[in-house]
Amino acid sequence: MSANLILAITAGILVAAGVYLLLERSLTRILLGVLLASNGVNMLFLVAAGKPGTPPIVDLAGTDISDPLPQAMVLTAIVITMAVAAFVLTLAYRSFQLHGHDEVADDVEDARIRKLAEADFASESYEDTTFSDTGRDAVSE
Amino acid sequence: MTNLLPVPVLLAIFGAAVALSATRRPRVQRMISAVCLSGIVIVAGILMYWTNTNGPLALWLGGWPAPLGIALVADRLSALMLLVASVVALGVLVFATGQDKDEVRRETPVSIFHPTFLLLIAGVSNAFLAGDLFNLFVGFEILLFASYVLLTLGGTADRVRAGTTYVIVSLLSSSLFLISISAIYAATGTVNLAHLSVRLRDLSSPVQLLLEGLLLVTFAIKAAVFPLSSWLPDSYPTAPAPVTAVFAGLLTKVGVYAIIRTETLLFPNDSHNTVLLVAAGLTMLIGILGAIAQVEIKRMLSFTLISHIGYMIFGIALSTPAGLAATIFYTAHHITIQATLFLVTGLIERRGGTSSLDGLGGLLKTAPLLAFLFFVPAMNLSGIPPLSGFIGKLGLLEAGAEVGTPLTWMVMAAGIVTSLLTLMAMAKVWNRAFWGVTPTEQRRQEAIAADEDPDEIDDDDPRVMPPMQVGATIGLIVFGLALTVFAGPLYEYATAAAEALLDGSLVEVVLPEGLR
Repeated sequence: MSANLILAITAGILVAAGVYLLLERSLTRILLGVLLASNGVNMLFLVAAGKPGTPPIVDLAGTDISDPLPQAMVLTAIVITMAVAAFVLTLAYRSFQLHGHDEVADDVEDARIRKLAEADFASESYEDTTFSDTGRDAVSE
Repeated sequence: MTNLLPVPVLLAIFGAAVALSATRRPRVQRMISAVCLSGIVIVAGILMYWTNTNGPLALWLGGWPAPLGIALVADRLSALMLLVASVVALGVLVFATGQDKDEVRRETPVSIFHPTFLLLIAGVSNAFLAGDLFNLFVGFEILLFASYVLLTLGGTADRVRAGTTYVIVSLLSSSLFLISISAIYAATGTVNLAHLSVRLRDLSSPVQLLLEGLLLVTFAIKAAVFPLSSWLPDSYPTAPAPVTAVFAGLLTKVGVYAIIRTETLLFPNDSHNTVLLVAAGLTMLIGILGAIAQVEIKRMLSFTLISHIGYMIFGIALSTPAGLAATIFYTAHHITIQATLFLVTGLIERRGGTSSLDGLGGLLKTAPLLAFLFFVPAMNLSGIPPLSGFIGKLGLLEAGAEVGTPLTWMVMAAGIVTSLLTLMAMAKVWNRAFWGVTPTEQRRQEAIAADEDPDEIDDDDPRVMPPMQVGATIGLIVFGLALTVFAGPLYEYATAAAEALLDGSLVEVVLPEGLR
């Protein structure tokens, strides 16, 4: 099998750019990152397909045909990516409706722990030792 | 008999289509889902019986000569997983139909729950039955897409926040999976699992190591193995109770199943065992330490879910028949118990108005049945003898002691500590939700202490638990107890499944003579 170096490098660049965008907070940029990365991955499949420029299956007896399997896989992957894009766009729009922006929010717990740490305060789940404790005011007791 | 193989997937997908066309008729939808899932349970039962007596089954779809075309394969492991998954899904579905109108409007305002749920089951069945890597990927994508929709049902602020994390992490893992598939195809020229197990042996060991690592990272994200697990407790707890239950029961286990397949069929070498052992130990400990710090029962259960994935990874990392058998048994047990516990939490939330321990108390007096429903699976999860959790853990520890390296002993110690800490987490829920005084009583006492009239505080409205939901939960608890009662035959089955995984009988069934 002969690999195509330019295709491989392009795929690498696309995936790298995709990962960079995935690390952003805005959902739209994340979507762009996913699209770039999945295009990069599709190119990897073309690399896996071997030598470019050969005809599709016309005569199975001929030896020099391009491998149809990676093409079928890429086709499936493209369809899935389309569905992903539609779903993430919906999610981003819903987020925009709810909050006026589409940024990925902090986890509730992370935010709470940070707030408690800033206030130098024990966490709510810090338990008192008595059995009748409801956990409601463990700190003040 | 081989023609039964595509039936679970087809039933679920057709059922989803028909259910989607009946969106205005909730009753018809429920009937369709229930019939389809019962059908899958029956087919899975037949497959389990058949594979146990006659060995694995393989079907090349479309009649293409092997190794072209797509193969569906069922052996003892996939048949067992399919059966347990479909029984749990059926239980959860009955639970979901038990929601009354108010709850439906609040929790799942659009009637796409049933079609999506069926698609989720189609994806899970497809992943269990997949005979090639790309079909496994497609199965994963079907179940992931269904899970995206189920997780963000209704589009409330909480669910959109939780869904975003989940979707992004899943997209990343899907891309990684595709990269692994393209790399494997480039190296071997096939994606059929049986064919791969023959061809991968010819590759040089660094290439094998790379491919195995890629697949392991992909599946470890899906199975929530530490350090790739932090997405799980952030995304699961906000969804409606039945959705969380089926996610917790099934989705991570599909990842575990995929790891079992790759580690036994594709890469039966020991190259990643140390990494897996360390990951298993850390997953157990860090998961359970997260759990005991929680006050929200759903979040706590999500953390115990992560921690118990560690047990399954431990059994896989031992890569002995005994270890794999224990993992298979433990996976079947854990699917059932974890889903049951989430359903019980749904009932607690319904009865007590919240699933946070801060707002609960005295449920033992006000709802003794609920207390019983929680107690049995909670003890089962903590591994109290003679329940199935104990049997699975004992099997894992025995298998670990057989291997007996210092690292194995350390992970075993971590396993025992985790088991005790699970008991502690469950005891915490018991102490604060079931013992103590009810929130109303608490407020009255506070009123007395503040010299106010305690009679001004009204009683809580008695919230009834829908009988159908209680029935579904009892059904799953009985199924969990059946795993205990029939643990002997089941463990023998798991042992046979594990031995079959390692002896290469699958390859003989799938591939014709010339290709092996």
